[in-house]
Amino acid sequence: MGYFLFRRTVGFLLTLLAVSVVVFAVMNVLPGDPALTILGLDATDDALAALREQLGLNDPLLTRYFSWIWNALQGDFGTSHSFRVPVATLIGERLPMTISLAISGMVLTLIVALTLGIGAAARHRSFGDWGVMFLSQLGIAIPAFWLSILLVLLFAVKLRWLPPGGFSGWSDPVAAMRSLILPTVALALVQSAVLTRVTRSSALEIMRQDFVRTARASGLSHRRVLWRHVLPNALVPIVTIVGMQFAALVTGTIVIENVFYLPGLGRLIFQSISNRDLPTVQALVMLFAAIVVTANFIVDLLYVVIDPRLKVRR
Amino acid sequence: MTRLPTNLILGAILVALVVGTAALSLVWTPHDPTLMNIRGKFADPSDTYWLGTDQLGRDVVSQLMAAARNSMAVALIAVMIGGSIGVSLGLLASAIGGWVEDGVMRLADLGFAFPALLFAIMLAAVFGPSLSNAVMAIAFINIPIFARVARASANQIWTRDFVSAARAAGMSRFAISRDHILPNILAPVIVQATIEFAVAILAEAALSYLGLGAQPPASSWGRMLSEAQTLMYLAPQLAIYPGLCIVTAVLGFGLLGDGLRDVTDPRLVRER
Repeated sequence: MGYFLFRRTVGFLLTLLAVSVVVFAVMNVLPGDPALTILGLDATDDALAALREQLGLNDPLLTRYFSWIWNALQGDFGTSHSFRVPVATLIGERLPMTISLAISGMVLTLIVALTLGIGAAARHRSFGDWGVMFLSQLGIAIPAFWLSILLVLLFAVKLRWLPPGGFSGWSDPVAAMRSLILPTVALALVQSAVLTRVTRSSALEIMRQDFVRTARASGLSHRRVLWRHVLPNALVPIVTIVGMQFAALVTGTIVIENVFYLPGLGRLIFQSISNRDLPTVQALVMLFAAIVVTANFIVDLLYVVIDPRLKVRR
Repeated sequence: MTRLPTNLILGAILVALVVGTAALSLVWTPHDPTLMNIRGKFADPSDTYWLGTDQLGRDVVSQLMAAARNSMAVALIAVMIGGSIGVSLGLLASAIGGWVEDGVMRLADLGFAFPALLFAIMLAAVFGPSLSNAVMAIAFINIPIFARVARASANQIWTRDFVSAARAAGMSRFAISRDHILPNILAPVIVQATIEFAVAILAEAALSYLGLGAQPPASSWGRMLSEAQTLMYLAPQLAIYPGLCIVTAVLGFGLLGDGLRDVTDPRLVRER
């Protein structure tokens, strides 16, 4: 167990390091002058030279990379050019929105996918099973941003039940919750399509096994067999997909925040691109990639909790 | 002759519809998709404008057709670039093995840390948003996927007797990879390419919707949707058609890919 944990942790840290190299390389090594990008084509040579000096662009690349990493590890991501405040402050302000969206999206995804997936497997080859499969196939093909637009058309434009977008702050919790309903649903429905299929096929496989027949023969209720015996054993492939889906979910929050004009990190990234605010973009891309890598690391650790046999095999 | 799976047939029909429309748009569209006519804006569907016109009086059907062509072109180029680099890396890893194989696979793992959107965001921040950056980003995320598929399939072929025979006859690993391994891993690679084609269409639409892909005046389903979103109270119908096109295309290639896999890999035929 100790060795397994050690190997996984080292691998995780090395991946993070490699990710930081890629982010830094794309943002700094590719041809292009950040000073020119920030100031625009009309900038004077003096102004460009001064900004290059201020940004540390005259230092050797390696020096710049290590000072970026060193400062980032201490919570200093540089200063945003457009907002003129530390990037860390910007991130701190917008993180709650993105985290609430990601967590509520994941929770709703799990509820929908596990219920529909197990339900469809329990009624294998029935009309309901067929309907779930059809809907999930459709869900995979629907872009989250289009589903968002359709939801807004129905619930905001036509029925006027919920706001079409925007966010008035956390001080009014009811209004805040109302603003997050449509984004969460849009995020979760598309995500749960894939997970529903995996849950269903994984559950079907388990249901064919002898111990399930034994459980049923010993008089346990259908429901109890499904949730206590089938689901826990079907979890390994489900957790794998959840881990992989986390990348999609993170990307999803970026898109959804822009569809609904929500003040989270995804919206910040787009504001920073149009403001040519490179330090902010660099910090945010690194943060999002780090979240994806961390999620995969946690999934790796979860495997061992779910299926202790894996400890030995690896 | 065995019966073809339903998903294969349905997928093929949808793909034929979308690809046919895209091909037709090369030679004919009902109107010029970029031609504006402000006085004829928001026109209702009619014999002249089958689905009406948009906020600038442009014909919606013509725009959807031109967008189909752009979407197919982006997906094709991105999957071809990502696929050929990925397959080459996978073949290389499988042929040489050892630390090269480990290195290539660790690099592939690294690629999974960057969703296409993140990569496109980085490129847009450095070079400004453009369709070619979107293509690059989509191609990039395809590399690790194809590298894995190619390596896994190639490793199986390397254990076969005819490969041992070729080695005994003195063929180089490179020549074996080219003449014996590649032709034998084409089936899983093509299946993967079909599925990734669907993913690429979805990615292009999302990037263009966010302003990181097709730039005006180029037609794109994603960009049409972002324009329609600002007009939802005025012309909600404009937010419907492009989405339906995306779903048709993605569903078509997705079903076709699943169907092809069922046909080419009998071990995977599951109870449905």
